[in-house]
Amino acid sequence: MSDMTVSREADTVWVEREAFIDRIPRSVAMLFLFVVVVGIWDLVTRAGWVSPIILPTPAETLRDLIFVGQNLVTGGYMLDALWTTTLTVFWGFLIATCIGFSLGVLVGETKFGERAVMPYLVAIDTMPKVAFAPLFIAWLGFDIASKVALAAFIATFPIVVATAAGLYAANENERMLFKSIGASRLQTLLRLKLPTGLPYLFTGLKIASVGVMAGAIMGEFLGGGKGFGALIRQSASQMNTPRVFALILYLSLLGLALYFIVVWAQRRFVFWNKTDRPGGLV
Amino acid sequence: MNMEPLSVKNAPAAAAVRSVFEIERLSKTYARNQLIALSDVNLTLRKGEFVSVIGSSGCGKSTLLKIMAGLLPPTTGRVVLEGRPVTGPRPDIGIMFQQATLLPWKSALENIVLPVEIREGRQAAQSARARAMALLELVGLHEFASAYPGELSGGMAQRVSICRMLISDPAVLLLDEPFSALDELTRDFMNMELQRICMERGATAFLVTHSLAEAVILSDRILVMQARPGQVVEEVTIDLPRPRSLEMINTPRFGEIVAHIRDLLGREAFT
Repeated sequence: MSDMTVSREADTVWVEREAFIDRIPRSVAMLFLFVVVVGIWDLVTRAGWVSPIILPTPAETLRDLIFVGQNLVTGGYMLDALWTTTLTVFWGFLIATCIGFSLGVLVGETKFGERAVMPYLVAIDTMPKVAFAPLFIAWLGFDIASKVALAAFIATFPIVVATAAGLYAANENERMLFKSIGASRLQTLLRLKLPTGLPYLFTGLKIASVGVMAGAIMGEFLGGGKGFGALIRQSASQMNTPRVFALILYLSLLGLALYFIVVWAQRRFVFWNKTDRPGGLV
Repeated sequence: MNMEPLSVKNAPAAAAVRSVFEIERLSKTYARNQLIALSDVNLTLRKGEFVSVIGSSGCGKSTLLKIMAGLLPPTTGRVVLEGRPVTGPRPDIGIMFQQATLLPWKSALENIVLPVEIREGRQAAQSARARAMALLELVGLHEFASAYPGELSGGMAQRVSICRMLISDPAVLLLDEPFSALDELTRDFMNMELQRICMERGATAFLVTHSLAEAVILSDRILVMQARPGQVVEEVTIDLPRPRSLEMINTPRFGEIVAHIRDLLGREAFT
């Protein structure tokens, strides 16, 4: 009994080493990377290793950023262009969502859709969709409609695939449960398959939000008109590279806004599916 | 071993009790591969009786349960519940699966009234909430009425699915290995809960399981099934007094019964 106190040794206490990156906040890490990249950019352009037409200095780009920003804030012609592009993206996304969702339900819910419609969709999806741009311009003219069509055309397919995949997602047990409580096909679709497939649908919408931007800008490159894409092409043809950089950066804000609207809607509607993955943004 | 006393002692006055479920000459052949899943199965469930079916995997016990639930049509034979042939899913059939299968976007309470919502609409589901609450009380989960399935443990989720099965006040409970996905301690606890609920409500229950101990502790009768073709080879009446407790597992009587059934199952496996 007495030797218990004698043989007692120190507690085994040790500390797990925390990685350095885990101790600094995300904002600091992002700022650090920004400073490094801009620093290298500045060095490369100042030293004259690349022509200013190919890559302007950070200072020139900042000047143009401010110029474009002022034009936007004061309601200049660039704001009109941004508004045109925003409308194109909005209508393109809305149309793609409606058509993509409907086709997705057709493919995912009916045997006919799965067997007869899906093969054609896959075939069309593998085509380079931008190649259809001249057709849309010929059919719909140089106005916003042809750009909306191209944007919607590109964004539709990821939504079709995601919707169909979502409808397959309900497992055997859940289907059996709905059968056992006498649910009709429509009830099973609305109360089981669609809610189960919502996370898939939102993944499709995120991919579509990227595609719809690409489609809108591509349409404006090729079809002219009043949008931001036309401004970029105009600046590029004038060798005004800093302006192109500035315009792209403002354009990316539009893409980001759309993306985060989708993310917000997903958090709102798919509240039960809390995927706390590292990153948090995807 | 002479098992004669097993089937007589303490047996309920069987003849006097009315039968709830009647299955005669039931057989099922899958057209796809001409596999005979069930052959000439005869079975009667009496009111308030707990019957289990046990057998190796692939012996057709799940097929039998699906046919009884109206989820699968039989090839030949009669399947009659409360005097009416079973020709599809019915509100008076309660069923529980291996997985709790709760909808993650509905709260525990909303999951329980789901069968009412599907069959009779939202209005009826709204008025079934009080009954659902009482059922949650019955399984000791009344504080979790508004919890979502993601916030429930496996055992709690299965208790919610018991409530969902009971919401339509079914004439028969069909249990397809309901606790096999749970850990052993939870499973023992849930089996005792199930016995209590069945006894309180005088429920007629039919359990499919591959756990011998579970079948013996819960059942009045056990049907031993054999594969290829799936048929009932023996019926064993369990004469352990009710309510059963987990301590009974250690009694010699329990051991005898388990040994007898294991012998029946084992004989099949090696012939």
